[in-house]
Parts: sequence; C-alpha cells; structure tokens
Amino acid sequence: MNRSILIVDDEMPIRRLLRVALERAGYAAVEADCARAALGVLKSEVPQLVLLDLGLPDRDGLELIGAFREKDVPIIVLTAREASSEKVAALDLGADDYVTKPFDSEELLARIRSCLRRADQSHGRQRRLKVGPVQVDLDAHTVHRRDSEVKLTPKEFMLLAVLASHPGKVLTHTHLLREVWGPAHIDQVEYLRVGVRSLRKKIEDDPSAPKLIQNEPGIGYRLIEPVDDAQAQ
Amino acid sequence: MTEDARPSPDALLREAQREGRGTLKIFLGAAPGVGKTYEMLLEGAEKLEAGADVVIGIVESHGRSDTEALISPLPVIPRKPIDYKGQVLTEMDLDAVLERHPEIVLVDELAHTNAPGSRHPKRWQDIEELLVAGIDVMTTVNIQHVESLNDVVGSFTHVRVRETVPDKVFENAEIELIDLPPEDLIERLAAGKVYVPDQARHALDHFFSKGNLLALRELALRHAAQYVDARIQEHQSASGKDGGFGGGQRILVAVSETAGGEQVVRAAKRLADALKAPITALYVETPAAGRMSPSEKKQLAQNLSLASSLGATLQSVPATSAQEAILAQCKEVRATQLVLGKSRGRGRWFDRRDRIVRDILDRTTGVVIHVIPFADHVSGRRWRDFLPRGSWTGDAVGIGSVAALTLAAYLAQSWIGRGPIDMLYLVPVIATASFYGFRAGLVAAVAAGVAYNFFFLPPVYTFIIYSPANVITAILLVIVAIITGQLAARARSAAALAMRSARENAGLARFATRLGAVGSTEETAQLIRDELRSLLAVQTIVLHPSGDGVEIIAFGQTKPKLSPVDRAAAEWAMEHGEDAGLGTDTLTASDWQFRPLKTSLGTLAVLGFRGPSGRDPIPAERAALAESLIDQAALAHERLKLETEMRAMEVVRQRDSLRAALLASLSHDLRTPLTAVTAAAAALSTTGDDGELVETVRSEARKLNRFLSDLLDLTRIEEGAVTPDLVPTDLTDVIASAVGDLAKTLAGRKVQSSIDQNLPLVRADAVLLNHALLNLLDNAAKYSSPDEPIEIIARMGRRGPVIDVLDGGPGIPQGSELRIFDRFARGETSDRTGGSGLGLAIVKGFAEAMGFTVEAARRQGGGSRFTIRIPSAAIVPVSLEDIP
Repeated sequence: MNRSILIVDDEMPIRRLLRVALERAGYAAVEADCARAALGVLKSEVPQLVLLDLGLPDRDGLELIGAFREKDVPIIVLTAREASSEKVAALDLGADDYVTKPFDSEELLARIRSCLRRADQSHGRQRRLKVGPVQVDLDAHTVHRRDSEVKLTPKEFMLLAVLASHPGKVLTHTHLLREVWGPAHIDQVEYLRVGVRSLRKKIEDDPSAPKLIQNEPGIGYRLIEPVDDAQAQ
Repeated sequence: MTEDARPSPDALLREAQREGRGTLKIFLGAAPGVGKTYEMLLEGAEKLEAGADVVIGIVESHGRSDTEALISPLPVIPRKPIDYKGQVLTEMDLDAVLERHPEIVLVDELAHTNAPGSRHPKRWQDIEELLVAGIDVMTTVNIQHVESLNDVVGSFTHVRVRETVPDKVFENAEIELIDLPPEDLIERLAAGKVYVPDQARHALDHFFSKGNLLALRELALRHAAQYVDARIQEHQSASGKDGGFGGGQRILVAVSETAGGEQVVRAAKRLADALKAPITALYVETPAAGRMSPSEKKQLAQNLSLASSLGATLQSVPATSAQEAILAQCKEVRATQLVLGKSRGRGRWFDRRDRIVRDILDRTTGVVIHVIPFADHVSGRRWRDFLPRGSWTGDAVGIGSVAALTLAAYLAQSWIGRGPIDMLYLVPVIATASFYGFRAGLVAAVAAGVAYNFFFLPPVYTFIIYSPANVITAILLVIVAIITGQLAARARSAAALAMRSARENAGLARFATRLGAVGSTEETAQLIRDELRSLLAVQTIVLHPSGDGVEIIAFGQTKPKLSPVDRAAAEWAMEHGEDAGLGTDTLTASDWQFRPLKTSLGTLAVLGFRGPSGRDPIPAERAALAESLIDQAALAHERLKLETEMRAMEVVRQRDSLRAALLASLSHDLRTPLTAVTAAAAALSTTGDDGELVETVRSEARKLNRFLSDLLDLTRIEEGAVTPDLVPTDLTDVIASAVGDLAKTLAGRKVQSSIDQNLPLVRADAVLLNHALLNLLDNAAKYSSPDEPIEIIARMGRRGPVIDVLDGGPGIPQGSELRIFDRFARGETSDRTGGSGLGLAIVKGFAEAMGFTVEAARRQGGGSRFTIRIPSAAIVPVSLEDIP
C-alpha cells in the first residue's frame, strides 16, 4: 500500500540524504541517477511522488515531466535559486511544486505532505472550499468572509476560484492569465497584478501584508492551504 | 501610398539633433526701436515669475529707464572685459553662462560682432554654443541683418549692413515678430525713445523714412511667415504627413570670382527658401582660374563660404568650358532651377561670361534659368593685367629659337632658295607656343615677322617691304603664328588641367587603397598625414584625443609646437566636430586650421593644416579635393575603430563564455555538498547532548550558503550578466514575499511594513527586487539591536515610487553614505555581525540593472535609512477600468 517516492538526482550524496530523510519520515524511497533509469522505474512501478532534479546527465529533466504527468504522479522539482525561468517552465509543463537548493529537509517534507494531500483531494474535487477566514462556493458562485458575503466581480471570482481549486500550489502567471482572461492575454501580467490587488482588498485582513494570496517572485501566486490542515510548521 | 506616409529620414534626424538642444527664440523686428528688447525682457520676467531659471547674458539698456526697470528683477551674468588695443571692451561672458547653466538666457542683439580676441567672431556663434549645451536662448534681431535679405534691404534703404546673421540660425528658431506701425515708430523716434548712436544719426534719418519702414515691415512680416511655414512643413514631414522638399525642386547656382557673386548666391538662397528646395553651389575651375588675381581668389573664397553658410552644398569642378560644366552638373544634380549671374558692365567685347549665359540659355530645356544682373567693379585693374601671362624664359626661348632659325635659313638660303623660308618660321612659333604658352608664342611670332622681313624680304637688311605680296606674306605669318600659338597654348592648359584632375583622382584612389591596407592606428595616421601633405601641399598633422585634450600623433620631420590657441582650436574641433582655427568661424587666431574626422562613431581624430605665412591653408580650388581626402581619412578611422571594437568584443565574448562555464560549475559543484550539509543538519535532532553543535552546523551552513549566493550574484553583476526581466510588478507582492522569506531566517525580529495601496504598478524584475530587499532587510537586522523593529515603507515620492528600509541601529558612519555600497564595505560594528560585506553592493547592482537608484542616509534620532528610488518612467499606467 505504501507506495514509494522516486528520487531522480545524479548526485549520490543528495540521493543518499533524501533517502535517509524520507525513510525517517516513513516513506519508502527508490533512486534513479539519470533520466533513463527514472523512466525504467516508471515502467515497473508507479511511484506516489517524484523528486526531480532538472540537471540530469543524459536528458533535460524538463523532458521527464510529461512522462510522470501521464501516470498522474505528482512532481516536485529540485532546482537552483537563480533559475526562475526554469521553475516557470517546469510548473507550466505540469510540475506541482519546486524546492530551491540548498533546502532544509523539514521544508521538503512539508512540501511533500502538501503535495500528496492535494493529489488525494483531486480525485473527488471539492466544490466548497475554505481558506483561512474565507469560504468559496464554486457552484453557488458566492464568497463569504467570516460569515458575511463578499461581493466580487466576475473576474475576481474566477481568479479566486482558480487559486482555491489548487490550494497551496504555485500557479504561474501564464496559467492564471489563461484561465481567467483567456489565451489571448497570457502576456498581460498587469491584468493579473491589478486583479490580485483588488481581490486582496476584499478578502485579506491587511491588503498591504497579504496572508492568503502569496506571491512567488517571478513565478506566480499561490493561495495558502486551508488553516486546519496546515500544521506542518 | 505608404511610401509617402513614412517620415522623411532627414526630418527625423533634424528632430533628433534638436533633442537635448536648447531652443532659440528670436524677437524679430523691422527696424530699431520697435521694442524687441522690451518684449524679450517682459517674457523673461514672466518665465522667472513662473519659476524658470532665467538670467541675462547681455542686454543693453542704453540708459532707458523702462528697460532698466525690466532688467532689475533678472539676475545678470557679469560681462567679460576684453582688452583691445588699449581699449577695454565688454562682451557676454560665454564661459560664465555655460558654467552657470541656466534654463533660459537672454542675449540681446543676435547680429553683434564680438571684440577681437573673443572665442567666436560673432555673437550668433556664442548663442549656438549655448544651444548645444542645452540652454534655451532668447535674442533679438532686425530684419536687415538676415544674411539672405541683405541685398534686398540695401537696395531700397541704400544703407549696407555689415553685421549679418546666416539664415541657418533662424531655421530651428521660434520667431516672434515685434510689429509696430511706421507712424508710431517715427513718433517714438522723434520723441527720442529710440536709441541711435550719435555718429549714425545722419544715416539713420534717411533710413527711418516712412517708405523704408513700410518696406522693411513687409519684409519682416513675410520672412516670419516663411519660417512658420517652413516649420509646419518640417513638422509634417517628420510626422510622415508630407513628403519632404516641396515638389522635388533643386537649385544649382554658379558661383564666380566676381564681387557680384555674393548677390547671385543670396538670390539663390531666397529662391530656395521660397521653393523649400536644396541648393548646390557650383564653381567651375577653368584654365583661366590660373590667372586669377589675389583679390579675385579672395572674393571667390568669400562667395563660396557665403554659399556654404547659407546651407548650399559646394561643388568644385575642373573643366575647360564653364558652360559645359554647368550643363553637366545641372543634369548630375537634376537641378530644376539654375541661377546665373551676369555682369551689367558696358558689355566688354572680350567678356566671355556673357557668352556663357547666352550659350546656356540656348542649350537647356526643362530648367528654369534665373539671370541675376550685377554691377561688376573692375576698378584697380592695371594694363598689365590684360597682358597674357607667361614667363620671361618662354619669351627668351621664343626669340632665341627664331634667331637660330634665321641664322640657319640665312646660311642655307643660297641652297634652298627664299621660297619655303616663311613656312619654316612657323616651326619655332608653334614649338614655343606649345611648350611655353600663348605669350611666348606671340613673342616668337612677332620676332619671326620682324626677322623674316629684315633678312629675307627685299630689300634685305631694311624693314621696308616693296612688293604687296610680301606684305601679305609677313602679315599672314604673324596671324598664323598667333592662331597656332593660341591653339597650342589652349591644348597645353587643357592637358595640364586634365593631368591635374587625373593626378588628383589617382592620388585619391591610391590613398584609399593604401588606407585599406594598414591595420594600426599609428600607421593610418601617418599615412593620412603623408598623403594629405603631398596632395594638398600644406603642412599637415594628425591629432587624436588623449586624456581630456588632444595629442599630435602624426607629423613631418619635427613635431610642431602648438600654442595654447592652436590647442584650444584643435580641442574645439575634436569636441564639437566642427572646423576650427584659421579660415573658419571659431578661434581664428590660431595659425592652424583644424578639420574633424567625423564618423558615425563620433569625431575620431582631427587634422591640422598650416599654410604659408598665415594664409588659409586650403584655398577654394582645393576645397573639394580636401573634402574628399578628409572623408576618406574619416572612413579609414571608422573602419579601424570598428575592427578594433569587433576584436575586443570577440575577446570579451570568449572570456564571457569561459566565465559563464566557470560560474555554472561553481554554483553546481559548491551547491551540491552544501545542500547535503544543510539538509542533513536539519534532519539531526537538536534536543540531544550535541544540540548546540547541531545548531552551529545549521546556522553556519546557512551563512555559507548566503555567502556563496552573494558571491555568485556579485559576479553576475560585474560581468554585466544581470539581464532584468522587467514586467509589471506590484510592490506589495515583492515586499510581502521578502518579509515572508526573512521570517524563516530572522525569526523573532519584528518587521513593520506599510505600503501605500494606491501605488501604481512598476516595471521591475520581481526576483531581483525581492533579492535586493532581502539584502536590505538582512543588513538592517544585522546592524540594529534585536528588539528594534525594522520598518519597510513603500510610498509615492516626488519623482516616482520609493521603498525605504529603516532601522534603529547605530546608523552608517557619517560621510560614508556613498562608500557603503562598495564591495566589502562594512559598518563599524561589522566584526560582530560577520556579514559578507557584499550585500549592499548587490542591492546597488540589482537596482541599477533595473534602472533604479539606491541611497543610504543617517536617520535623525539614530539608525539608517536605505532608499530604493524607482523612476516615474517605470510606472505602468493601468487601472481597474482598463482590465477586461
């Protein structure tokens, strides 16, 4: 039952460290040191999650994302800090999250938990979502904040709905713009900025110190996870 | 048609050149006393009132109290005294105005001539320099000082104005016409309200007649209207609404060495203004040019430089026939209008110019021909001027060869008889004419006639001729000798001209080939010097920029010593890209003439020429050749510079790729072990006996990681490898995520942020800005006590959005506000905090890469304030209403 987590990294010390950390947290781990080995593992068993380093010796890690995506394996990308365009590319190809090297093992485990939780929920999509003090009803198209209804414009609602459908996940600028404004406007980052700002004014306690809609500089936005679940530090 | 809608490149270029340049406003009047200075002062005072920085460069009040009252509120730049022959004259202190650099400067009397020893001979040149420096100038001028109207005004007022202003000065200026009806002006004059110098009063009484004033007023009105019209046209063609010059008109004006040439050139300019057409001024260098008197040469140079100052393109063509050359050039430049001068003199039968005009009239179609009659002053010509030129040697050879033939024929006459001797005499005549020119041939012909008569025509040994047939023989001999002599002489000068042309062309071609072959700057400069020296036959040097001056890098036998004036002229030419020194408009006191080598990359070098004993080193007939040579030299410099730059770029490119590879491996190879250490330390328990040690490993690993990132960032900055991805960004996002990131590493520190929610979006690279803020916050945390809150404020400043990071620490040391952003600069307490000393340098590097600025200041009451200023140009104007 306890499916394994696949570690794809060409550096042996990293693999060893990740294996120790994962096993300590109660997960089983499988290792692959190159793209070919990773695809080999995927043929024999479907892991419950993959930790994917993008700098592989034989192929670009980005090319593997599609293969894991097909089997519905959640992907967390391991990447260097400078590579914001690489992160965006990975996310746009379907990666679920990224962790910047050097990372803390605690932080990584928290990301893994959150990722697995989302994967579970996505099987039975929730139509009523609760994020902090905010409740979103996707069917009734209503938003409540601390029991009083908040009036949103159609675009604000769509933006919130898209974010709330993937709680805790970073959604890239392109993704949000495509979902809310349509594919013709994926370069109009200013639409998104203005939209987020007006949405924050309606749902955040302090719009100048936002807690719910968080920015990932150069990448996108994420809605924080529902409060009652987010215990992991 | 899309073709026509496209803006003309010339018009765009003029627009671009105007950018960054001050604007010129000219208060134009029909006559003295209409109140130009008064209006100018009034406007200056208004601007001052409105908050502009207005100063007076020079304004004459002539003791009038109403003018003085207007001057008094305006700051005046003190004049500069100039000592001239024991007399102290005062002029505008150009350097002081440039130094003071006001927004607007008032400079009275545009047409004024500066005292000798000033930088420029004319005040309009001072004004030009002010405009180039970006200072707006207001000035005044009367219509009779406009160069191209000079003749027209002179023709009805009979007062010749010497101080003229080139028309090009008016071209980009805003012109305000100060109009006063003649009756009122005469009244003002009678009431003594118009300043007139005493010595000029008599002349001006005539000048101020009502008829004159009416005519001047009409001229001024028309002129002002014409400029307005021209500016509208130019604006339209710059914005693509109209197609450039009016109807494709092109004007060709033939310039001669006569005094009337100036009138012809001015007439052509008026025509060009009316038609908005470009002018080409043509000088045909015929063989007769060799016989020009010094005064004619001077007049020619004057005419050509007038044409050039009126905006004409100069062309100098060597040819044997003026009419042929003019007709050929007409075709060449596709002229639609041809302007010729014709002397109005008593129609001297030998004047070939009349024939030129008639010839051209007969032989052209489709070209409008304007003939400008002028009075030619031929006074001062002595009889000797009418003698054909030649050399005494030629005369002697002529006489000698005739004498030799006479002797030979005399000895041989018993054998050959007298019959063919007359024919034999043609031999020395033709030979002398072809080798020594017309005069020697004439001398030989006369000598031959005399000798034949004396020795061979009966009665021999007398000059008496009996037989009428023999008279005819003698006369025929002289006529034949004259005609053949002239033909031979003309052929000779045509050949000489062709040879010079060919030599010059060959010289140019050789110069170009040689220039193409050399590879170093020094060789190029030396080659340019040598070739120009031999082709132009004047002393030549090449100067390159060095430090903040110039340096002679190629010269002849000995390096010439430059006087301070020479040096100033050379530097001027280098800096402004204009001719300077002897025979130009600037620093004429220099012994040298300096010509800049202008290229698309700026002025790369300056050529210096020195002629014999202070004369213009490049006479008019050589100007075209000199121009071509200078162009070639400039091209060579440009090519060399581009090559050098390309080589340097190649080196940089290789070094860059090497460094990029190094950086990539450094970031990967160092990061991997560091990642392992960090993650492993996090996994260890801190609760056991070794808890403290584990904590140390964790925090030191984190520090090491910081340091590594800082190093990599700084290397990227110094390599210029930071290429910001500027996208519309909400400062709230960036600040919130920076504060969020820091919460992990600086747990327990209180960070207060206050962000103006009405701040506009700005173009920024969120990653770089986030990183810069992180470093600032980190710095603030390091240099202040843990219980002091750190404040971060985003607000709208006067020139754009501003982000402040404030701490309550000891503050940065006084005087180190700028130094603090240097690498490895640390505050006084740095030993304790152990930062890398790179953080602030990275902040500055990232901010500047995005076009932002950062500054540091001490806070009043302790602590530091670091400020990132975002220019208003980075603001993205978008509001909720704009969003679909």
